[in-house]
Order: sequence, then structure tokens, then C-alpha cells
Amino acid sequence: MNRFLIPAAVFLALAAVLFIGVVHSPNKSTMQSTLLGKPAPSFTLPVLGDDTRKVASSELAGRPWVLNVWGSWCPGCADEHPLLIEVARENRVPIIGLNWRDDDVDALRWIEQRGDPYAVILADREGRTAIDFGVYGAPETFFIDAEGLVQYRHVGAMTREVWEREFVSRLPRGGLQ
Amino acid sequence: MKRAALIITALLWGSSAFAIDITVLPDAALQERYENLTHEFRCMQCQNNSIADSPVGLASDLRRDVKELLLAGKTDDEIRAYMVQRYGDVILFRPPFKPRTAWVWIVPMIVFAGGLFVGYRIVRRRGALVANDDSSVDTATDEEERPK
Repeated sequence: MNRFLIPAAVFLALAAVLFIGVVHSPNKSTMQSTLLGKPAPSFTLPVLGDDTRKVASSELAGRPWVLNVWGSWCPGCADEHPLLIEVARENRVPIIGLNWRDDDVDALRWIEQRGDPYAVILADREGRTAIDFGVYGAPETFFIDAEGLVQYRHVGAMTREVWEREFVSRLPRGGLQ
Repeated sequence: MKRAALIITALLWGSSAFAIDITVLPDAALQERYENLTHEFRCMQCQNNSIADSPVGLASDLRRDVKELLLAGKTDDEIRAYMVQRYGDVILFRPPFKPRTAWVWIVPMIVFAGGLFVGYRIVRRRGALVANDDSSVDTATDEEERPK
């Protein structure tokens, strides 16, 4: 009896451990940003379509803002785009676009065809700012508070539910003026 | 057997023949550190490749950063810290030993020790079986052994 009981118990324990491991494997959408609660990395980047204009992160300080990392090559970005247009119309928080590793012409055409939800789009052609933010796949969306601290990072296409729960809820008075 | 060994060698060698990174640094010592470091960092988009083995854009950006940091005179630890600061411990294939990651190191050792113990017990029991076996091969005639 014992001969089978012990191996069976060991097998079940191992199966349970592996099952938990598979179910809770570092899912791409749950991998935590190392930046949470820390100051957003600083940057100075050219505006997409107008390299003479540069925006520095210091100019964004003093009020909450959202950073949305996207590229015209990114299917998830196309999925979330209609929602971004919708929430941009609600005008509760400025969304800064970070155009990541993209071709300017493709990116501008993409915006022309789908509409522009962004307060400004910054061109991160070499992906340096994206690395500073710990971006590993587009789309990613960050919430930066009025003190300039990163409070949330969402990986993957934005949904209305996540937007309300994790972004709008972090705005003073829900972002209503 | 010989052929199997040949095929395995060819397969193992083949993976290095398809190296996708052709970065060359000005001196051999830097080159070696570059290669060691790029094999230490996980490609965050593909997870089971190192940034040295991954063709995706982010991995090539991270290789560029490693190269630039090496050329700027940073130490290996400073470069590791640069990566961990941005991507967390998960970017290291060899995570540091600290309370949060201890189980990653300990559990496989426990499992391995358990496997050794079970193996040892099986070998010993089989050994005992042979030692206690009073039937002798010599007593059995060919007639008896052969099935009818």
C-alpha cells in the first residue's frame, strides 16, 4: 500500500506545483513595472512629423499625464486605437503618444487614417526612451501623476474597464474640471 | 552510435552558426565581456532567448545599449544594474539570490536531492535482491530454461 501511496502523493504534489506555475506564469500583462512609485524617466524627444519641435519630460510636470507607447507595426495598438480616440474626447487627462521604433511616414499615415487621440506624439526612433521606461512590447500605457511619479503601467491593448479602474480613478476628481 | 554522436554534434554546432549578432568591439577583452553580458540578459519579448540570440528590435536596442555602456567604461555590474533598474530581476537569466528569489534556487536542489535519494534506494534494493537470490543460474539446465 505504502509503495503506491508515497509516489502517488509525490506525483500529486508535483502536479499541483506545476499547475500553479502554469496558471500563474509571468503573464505578459501582469509583469510589474520596476518604475511604480518612482519618478518617470526624463527625456527630450522630437515631435513626430516636426523634428524642429522638441518636448522635454520636464514640460509635462505639474499635472497628471498618460504615456501610450505605440507603433504602426503593432496590431494591439490598432485594437485599442478606437478606445483611445473615445477617451481622448472625454478630455480628462492628456495622452502623450510615444511612437516606438517606427517609420515616420508609416506612423503619420496611421494617425491620418485612424484619427489622433494624442496631445502630442513623440518620435522614439531608436527606442531609448522606451527602454528607460522598461517597455517590452507595444502597446503599453503608463499613468504619471502630478508629482511626476509613475503610478501604473498597463501592458497590452487598453480596455474601457482598465481605463476607468486604473487611470481615471487616479485623477483628482476623476479628471473632471 | 557514431552516427548519433555526429548528428548531435552537428545540431549543437548548428545553433551557433545561426548567431544573429555580428557586433564587433574594438578589443578582444571588451568583445568577450559583450558576449557574456548579452547572453545573460533575457529578451523580454520572447522570454526564453537571450538578447544575444533574439532577432527582435528591442533585443537589438538592448545589445546596442550594452555595447555603448561597455565603450563608456562601465563595469559588468553597472550594466546589469542598468538592465535590472529598467526591467527588474526577470531580465537576468541567473537571478540574484535574495529572499524573494530564493525558492527559484532551492526548489530544484530539493527535487534533485530527492531524485538522487530515490535512485539510491532503487539501486540498493535491486542489489539486495541479487545478493539474496538463492536460485543459481548454474542449477538451471538449458532444457528447463527454454520455453516449449
